[in-house]
Amino acid sequence: METPDGETPRTPDEREEKEEERKVFQRAQEFLQIFKKGAEFTQELLRINEKMRYQVVRLKEENQDLRRAIQPETAIQDLERRISELIREKEELLEKYAGIEQENQDFAQRYVEIEEENNNLANLYIASYQLHSTLDYREVLQIILEIIINLIGAEEFALLLRDEKKDKLLVVATEGISQDEIPPIAIGEGIIGKVAETGENYIRKDFASPETTEINNPLVCIPLKIKEYVIGVIVLYRLLRQKTQFAEVDYELFTLLAGHAATAIFSSRLYSESERRLSTFRGFIDLLTR
Amino acid sequence: MSSIKILVVEDSPTMRQFICFALRRLPGVEISEASDGVEGLKKFTLENFNLVMIDINMPIMDGLKLLSLIRKGPSNSKVPILVITTEGAQADRDRALSLGADGYLTKPTPGSIILKTVKRILGIVD
Repeated sequence: METPDGETPRTPDEREEKEEERKVFQRAQEFLQIFKKGAEFTQELLRINEKMRYQVVRLKEENQDLRRAIQPETAIQDLERRISELIREKEELLEKYAGIEQENQDFAQRYVEIEEENNNLANLYIASYQLHSTLDYREVLQIILEIIINLIGAEEFALLLRDEKKDKLLVVATEGISQDEIPPIAIGEGIIGKVAETGENYIRKDFASPETTEINNPLVCIPLKIKEYVIGVIVLYRLLRQKTQFAEVDYELFTLLAGHAATAIFSSRLYSESERRLSTFRGFIDLLTR
Repeated sequence: MSSIKILVVEDSPTMRQFICFALRRLPGVEISEASDGVEGLKKFTLENFNLVMIDINMPIMDGLKLLSLIRKGPSNSKVPILVITTEGAQADRDRALSLGADGYLTKPTPGSIILKTVKRILGIVD
């Protein structure tokens, strides 16, 4: 066996000493190895540490950039401003909506009014058209009755015309009551006579019809006038059970009847009279020329 | 739009004109008129109508008789029928409805109500 310095031990002590030296040398070698590894580990830690420092610096820079970008107070102010704008816009929209809603309601109301007006005009047009659709006296009377039944809704009524010679009102047509029930009425006598005298409409305040019809207590009395001259009256005693009150159009129909029914009656009577006279003249002429 | 054919049976020319005036607001409407129940029945048997409007008080044949004959008839007996009358008593209404009327209006009635009722019966939506 050789010692680390290459010499061969001669004695047991030397050999033992040499062995001891060899062991020490071996442990030194092992320690050196461990130290080298420790040094390498330390180097690795230093490298990682360096990287970490670099990362920290970068993150700090990024953080500063972000802080600059966000600027929290300005952002909040912007948001608040935007919210205020949106609230104002919402209020404006609500105001516009309310305006449109109101407009819509006005239109709906106007539509109802126009519809009613249209109905009224249709009634008046048809009544007027029918009244002047014939020159036959009986047909004119029938049309007046139809208008009063169908368009006004009366159940009991009478039509009286002025007799020029007697200066009285004589019944010429009735509905719901007998003509015999209505005696001649002098101009100026009672409600009906007064209407014929003054030419003013009469509408009873107490709308409810009495159980029995009272000839001198009509519900409505309308004078039939040509200009200011009264040629007769329409007297309403009772309305149909479903007709509980007068509508606006009824008053307009009264006005229309006062004028148009009067002229229609007058024209048809005149025409009938002319026809009758013409027929008489023709008869005479035929006799003379025979 | 296909035409709507309506038969109006009413003895009063004034009321007939009033009803027709209201009905003419329906687009594509064709109206036939009759002045009593017999004339109404004749016209009904000659054409196919979408609706018949009948007055009750009429000469020769009254409206209820006509209504009853249409419902018992051999053709188009299920045609919608609207009664327009001066008879406002509940008993009259019940009688007309029990005979098969689809609607019952009492005079005087505004044109707009006539139109609205006709639209409802015919299922016409504005």
